[in-house]
Amino acid sequence: MYKYDAYDQTMVDERVAQYRDQTERFLAGDLPADEFMQLRLRNGLYVQRLAPMLRIAVPYGMLSSDQLRKVAHITRQYDKGYGHFTTRQNIQLNWPLLEEVPDILAELATVQMHAIQTSGNCIRNVTADQYAGAARDEVDDGRPWAELLRQWSTFHPEFNWLPRKFKIAVSGAPKDRAAVQVHDIGIRILERNGEVGFEVLAGGGLGRTPVIGSVIREFLPKQHLLTYVEAILRVYNRYGRRDNKYKARIKILVRAMTPKVFAEKVEQEWAGLKDGPGTLTEAEINRARAAFETPDYDRALRDDDPINGAEGDKAFLVWMRNNVAEHKVPGYAIANIALKATGVAPGDVTDEQMEVIADLADRFSFGELRVTHIQNVTLADVPRKDLFSLWQELVAAELAAPNLDLLTDLICCPGGDFCSLANAKSIPVAEAIQREFDDMDYLHDLGEFHINISGCMNACGHHHVGNVGILGVDKKGEEWYQISIGGSADANAAIGKILGPSFARADVPDVVRKIVDVFVGHRADGEEFIDTYNRIGIQPFKDAVYPE
Amino acid sequence: MVTIIKNDAIDESPFEVVCGDAIDLAESNQILPMATYLESLEQLRGRNDIGVWVDADEEVEALAGLLDLQVIALNFPAFNDGRAYSSANLLRRKLGFEGEIRAIGDVRRDQLEQMVRCGFDAFEMADGQDLDAALASLKVFSDTYQIAIGTPQPLFRRR
Repeated sequence: MYKYDAYDQTMVDERVAQYRDQTERFLAGDLPADEFMQLRLRNGLYVQRLAPMLRIAVPYGMLSSDQLRKVAHITRQYDKGYGHFTTRQNIQLNWPLLEEVPDILAELATVQMHAIQTSGNCIRNVTADQYAGAARDEVDDGRPWAELLRQWSTFHPEFNWLPRKFKIAVSGAPKDRAAVQVHDIGIRILERNGEVGFEVLAGGGLGRTPVIGSVIREFLPKQHLLTYVEAILRVYNRYGRRDNKYKARIKILVRAMTPKVFAEKVEQEWAGLKDGPGTLTEAEINRARAAFETPDYDRALRDDDPINGAEGDKAFLVWMRNNVAEHKVPGYAIANIALKATGVAPGDVTDEQMEVIADLADRFSFGELRVTHIQNVTLADVPRKDLFSLWQELVAAELAAPNLDLLTDLICCPGGDFCSLANAKSIPVAEAIQREFDDMDYLHDLGEFHINISGCMNACGHHHVGNVGILGVDKKGEEWYQISIGGSADANAAIGKILGPSFARADVPDVVRKIVDVFVGHRADGEEFIDTYNRIGIQPFKDAVYPE
Repeated sequence: MVTIIKNDAIDESPFEVVCGDAIDLAESNQILPMATYLESLEQLRGRNDIGVWVDADEEVEALAGLLDLQVIALNFPAFNDGRAYSSANLLRRKLGFEGEIRAIGDVRRDQLEQMVRCGFDAFEMADGQDLDAALASLKVFSDTYQIAIGTPQPLFRRR
């Protein structure tokens, strides 16, 4: 993975010093609260319902084992001994003290980590496919491009005070695991006549007005990535709405201008930047690529190598069938650790579990791991022959939930238990659904099924693109849940449709059960939920959930 | 005279921002609203004591070809309104303006370094800002990834 040089390290160290000074000025009363708020947000610090929340950046989800150990140490030293993996592949701490955040940042800086631009109306953490570099279906590794974008966007002087937050995602494979169509900018890596380049989408997003992004450039040669993105940001910074925060995202601008006119405006702006000094050099592209060069794979391994010790262990086979994906290198596999055990908030990990995961990454996956946008962890380079040994360790650490991409692998924001924006709690809803669907064989039969839960319109739980989306709403001071179905975050992204009037929390598992029953009753051979839904439409589901 | 920060020092400038309907164009050293300036081009021809200020929702491209100005001031209606950063960048890089670009409005110390990197070189600070402290905030970072005014090559071409 990418390692800092002296330039990168100096910038992060200087940011720690700057933030320490800002915190001290605030505590001394020299910096007004409204101003400090904007400054601390740009360093990932929210003030939440019960305590501040610190969001630590994990660029495109990549972590080394040493970085994860440092986070474990921080959660023990400064927090309550656990952390939360987010849908932006970051890590959140729920209980840090505002006064101690500069010390936390200083500790993070020692392992090349930070919290820069993890909040605020600026360019946020760039996300990527969690299988990047290992996926068998990949055109190109997305991480070097995401890293180049990370550096370009870090402390960009012109784009630190945008109309609203700005999210960029990169996908290098035809199967979209990075949800590029629902990002402010989505970058799809393509190959044309042997040349790598990008399809560029703009104006996608979730939140209060969910929109699928529009292609504004079909093929951008690779050296132009940064200048073209700069042109998009300049158009957005100048013309995006600032009068209403709910209409300030780029999706509203793209829609108001029309994607075609927006694209023309970007092209005009880009004409002044194209081939200028911001154009990527071959040397820089090679430097970024070299940083992600695959570790020393054992080239003697084969896909049909026996898995040591696994003979006939049914629980292992279930886990393997479900949580393990194909790797591009023979004899290797991609193993997913689903952080979705029933009774644990989705994405939560304890300090001890982090240390176990770090050790397992060292033993089985070259000391690296990835956080996924569905709040799981991926060990991307595991020798197939060692999968059983890995699984046994995961079982011992209660990290072997075999439900990747199944109904109980829910995406869930922290919700009203922690977040001051939330209208309703989301974690108890996730747990109630997990309890309702506790039969693993049945879940496997259902196949890929995504339930996404957000505690409010800000849609941190991506409810719009869940096959079933659950949104917490406030009805006269009470917590209710609006349910939508038919959303999808894959290559054919779709925004779900609202089923009807909302429900009390206690009724949500039963409603999900009814939706699943309709699916099972109508399912044709080989269909996933979304296929059946697309074939039969919303009406049969409405009829079952709201009988006359 | 107005107190500003310029060239890393606290300075006094004769150029003052004016606004409203009762502007007397005969006065010297005024920083006029852009609309007033554009309406009065004939009348102001030949004058070398004029500045213009541009609000955040106005396009600096309107000044293309009219850049014999002493000062262009860019207004920050609020410190978290980032449009003027793009305006400054365009003035320097696209329009080639070499005179003073002054930040006016809600200008606070923690934003100064970003402003410098976008092309501002003068700062009329918001009320209540400590100018000495602001001077100390001009240089927090020793290098940057991006192209900036004074750093024509991005870091990746220099590292």
